[in-house]
Amino acid sequence: MKNCLLLLFGLLCQLASSQNCNSTYLGEVKDFHDGSALYGATVYIEELDKYVSTDDNGKFKFHNLCNGQITLVISHIGCETKKVLISISGDTFGTINLEHHSEELDHVVLKGQSGIKKTTTAQETVLKQETLENYSSGSLGDALQEVSGVSSINTGNTIVKPVINGLHSSRIVIITNGVRLQDQEWGIEHAPNIDINTAESVSVIKGSGALAYGGDAIGGVVVLNPTRSIAKDSLFGKTIITGQTNGKGGSISTSLTKTFKNGWFVSGQGSYKQFGDFETPDYSLTNTGLKTKAFSIQSGYKKFEKGFDIFYSLVDNSMGILSASHIGNIEDLVNAINTPRPLTSEDFSYDINNPKQEVTHQLLKAKFYKRFESLGKLSLQYDYQHNQRFEFDKRVGDDRNKPAVDLTLQTQSLNADFKFDADKERLFHVGGLFRYQDNFANPETGVRRLIPDYQKIDVGAFITSEWSLGDATVLDAGIRYDFNSIDAKKFYLKSRWDGLNYNIDFSDIILIDYPTQWLVNPRFDYHNISASAGVKHSLSNKSSVIFNYNLANRSPNPAELFSDGLHHSAGRIELGSLRIKQEKSHRFSGTLLYNNGTFSAITEAYYNVINDFIYIEPTGAETTIRGSFPVWEYKQTNASLMGIDITLGYQLHQNWSLSNKSSYIKGDDTKNNRPLIDIPSFKTTTVLNFQKDKWKNFKCGLKSEYVARQTEYPNNNFVQFIATTNTNVLVDISTTPSAYHVLHFTSSISLNITKKTPVKIGFNINNLLNTSYRNNLNRLRYFADDLGRNMMMHIKINY
Amino acid sequence: MRTLLKTLVLGYLLISLTACSDDDNIINLPVPVNEEEVITTVIATLTPQGGGTDITLTSRDLDGDGPNAPVITISGALATTTTYTGTMTLSNETESPAEDITAEVSAEGADHQFFFTSGIGTIAYTDTDTNGDPIGLAFTLTTTTATTGNLTITLRHEPNKSATGVISGDITNAGGETDVQVTYTGITVQ
Repeated sequence: MKNCLLLLFGLLCQLASSQNCNSTYLGEVKDFHDGSALYGATVYIEELDKYVSTDDNGKFKFHNLCNGQITLVISHIGCETKKVLISISGDTFGTINLEHHSEELDHVVLKGQSGIKKTTTAQETVLKQETLENYSSGSLGDALQEVSGVSSINTGNTIVKPVINGLHSSRIVIITNGVRLQDQEWGIEHAPNIDINTAESVSVIKGSGALAYGGDAIGGVVVLNPTRSIAKDSLFGKTIITGQTNGKGGSISTSLTKTFKNGWFVSGQGSYKQFGDFETPDYSLTNTGLKTKAFSIQSGYKKFEKGFDIFYSLVDNSMGILSASHIGNIEDLVNAINTPRPLTSEDFSYDINNPKQEVTHQLLKAKFYKRFESLGKLSLQYDYQHNQRFEFDKRVGDDRNKPAVDLTLQTQSLNADFKFDADKERLFHVGGLFRYQDNFANPETGVRRLIPDYQKIDVGAFITSEWSLGDATVLDAGIRYDFNSIDAKKFYLKSRWDGLNYNIDFSDIILIDYPTQWLVNPRFDYHNISASAGVKHSLSNKSSVIFNYNLANRSPNPAELFSDGLHHSAGRIELGSLRIKQEKSHRFSGTLLYNNGTFSAITEAYYNVINDFIYIEPTGAETTIRGSFPVWEYKQTNASLMGIDITLGYQLHQNWSLSNKSSYIKGDDTKNNRPLIDIPSFKTTTVLNFQKDKWKNFKCGLKSEYVARQTEYPNNNFVQFIATTNTNVLVDISTTPSAYHVLHFTSSISLNITKKTPVKIGFNINNLLNTSYRNNLNRLRYFADDLGRNMMMHIKINY
Repeated sequence: MRTLLKTLVLGYLLISLTACSDDDNIINLPVPVNEEEVITTVIATLTPQGGGTDITLTSRDLDGDGPNAPVITISGALATTTTYTGTMTLSNETESPAEDITAEVSAEGADHQFFFTSGIGTIAYTDTDTNGDPIGLAFTLTTTTATTGNLTITLRHEPNKSATGVISGDITNAGGETDVQVTYTGITVQ
């Protein structure tokens, strides 16, 4: 009854007041981020067709309004136009927030996020979509070599690990879709399980300055940025089909995204890739085929103020390992090194036989964010990764189809971070991380575990800040703390345990006594501090300089701690050490950027001092009943890496341009006064490009790639007794391959089948002159040459 | 309402994921890997055809791939210009009682072959597999003059016995996997 009366009263009021058209609406338009008043916004009343503009204080007024509802349309340069319903009852006051960056966001989406950097004072390069699409059938490691100073360490041509300024594996953090990839990155023969087709752009950050991603990226951080969606009704996608002569295979990748104006979106992407045996100029590389299946699906809701998304991806790789590289014992290694051609080379085949790797990586992510007015943006993220790795060796009898390595690595992470961006002159970013990881080594393999079962907990927190000093100078600084705790259950042969003197130092961690083995429980905690500080200063509108210092600590990975036993695929006994401590890096860098429109130059110099640098090197040989095997042990020393990376661009003429990328690095073991192993040699790449838009956007280019011989390397050669010939032989595993020069050709045109379906057709030839060469950083260099000429065709259709 | 629904979906996902990915092996201790067909002991027994004492050549490596090298024992010196009947015995002495692997190799004779690199005399195969190719579990060793030398015995699993020279004892083209490779050093022929 009371409600009825109220309702009636309300209605009466409404009626009464609707006659009264003397109300005033006083409004205020503000920037959502910092609450600042927006001057010059246009405010329009739809019902009355009236316009006003906001004043210096962001205020506006409408007089003589009738009570009731009106529709205001507010627009401002750089903002998304906003429509709001306002109830007028007497003189009314209201505040309207506009999203001042939304145009920037849309811009980002339409043009791709390409070019937007993640860091301010780090040495960062962004690879754009156009570049990445050329690598649709390749790997992440191949694409990253477009960045000066980035090379790769390979096992054949399909297992490609990026090397940033001479550092790789656990020293590089890879972020895909906001998630730190956890896929057993510790081994040289473990390539990142990523489908490059999921990335719209890739940022390569040299050094550990990007603290939000982790504190242990002594080498650098690679961030793969996914396609972004826009809040408008749209359906778009693309398909890339490639085919190539070397490996007689190709790939197809397709993606489709549906977005809605209300902020919802859904997208899916899938890739399939298959190659048979690749070939050098002279012979076939038996068992180097590859098969990859990958798909991802993502859906969510995205508005400026808040949003969430759920992402799932699967990458399933099956990779053959060069048959000739299989080592039974040290004799086979000696034979392989001393034979110019592989001992086994069969006819072309698509079959992937043993030895091979089968790796499946699954990732599930849920992310939520919310913006707070005049404060900033809160993000929460949970992710789960499941990595299943099988390595099959050439085995015989009943074990023929049994994997020699069977590891299941599961990782869950919870991330929270807050970006305070209200004050554009001074930004803060704080965040925290909790991660739990579990590794299970399946005993069914019948081979002693190389990596044990373990659980690992990581907790981290960081704060970074960036502030502007006037128009020309930006400073940034950050600090991060990480706690890593590892708890392993590991078997040691008693003879090995004693041989390493663990019986003296670690007798208290023994759990169970088996006849020939101990089950032990190593538990280690690590506390790591990392920090970063930098300054960027514009010297003029053409040039600027950047200086940066990074401190990083990296805890040893499970391979460095626990490796123990015969690594069949490498034909060597690998030994970790329970005594290994964290390594600590101080990296100083300076960058000079210059661009006058026709000429651009980026010069990046760095000096990285790493204390207790962890590395593996041969220390001798051990004899077993199956013969002799070289022993490789993880050790620590002090290292220094210094180098310079140069990127030049010159527009010769309207249609012609020339570019060059060169990098030089010197890596030294300062404790033992000798060069470090596996340091990339001097490399210079020059590209001459021709482009004519009128000819269907025709582009072509000739690329010259010169890689010098690495003349600085440690001498790890050893003398080995060869039983079958009853002789002693020097095993030369150190001498580096000769310098090489290869030429590549690229070309493409763009056609429009219909207005909305542009098609790009490309034709490339790699190793144009079919040059035979070997690369020092390819582990299979002992056994075979690198790839010969490869003609590739690719077609991209956008829709 | 929509926000609530989203929160619930997200919450559910979080909980279900955290709940299901905890592994069983946290509480269960790992079990040792039983390496199959481990061979710890390789014995070549040489019986002089004219009668006399057997000479045994033993290689024993009880820690498998561990750091300890095989222990080589040679029971005595061989005589000059003598033919010895040789037999190979393989066993796994990490088990108790020791597991005899010789019979297994014999049964899978077509998939196995011994190769001999001898600095003490000439070797000839005296056994055959189901295809009439040699295995090498039985052989003869004929010595000539007095010398001191090595004898290396290699057992290959799944060798290519039809490759050139393999059935006559040349390991070069044999391929397959090395199951055993032992070198008896410093054998005296006097």
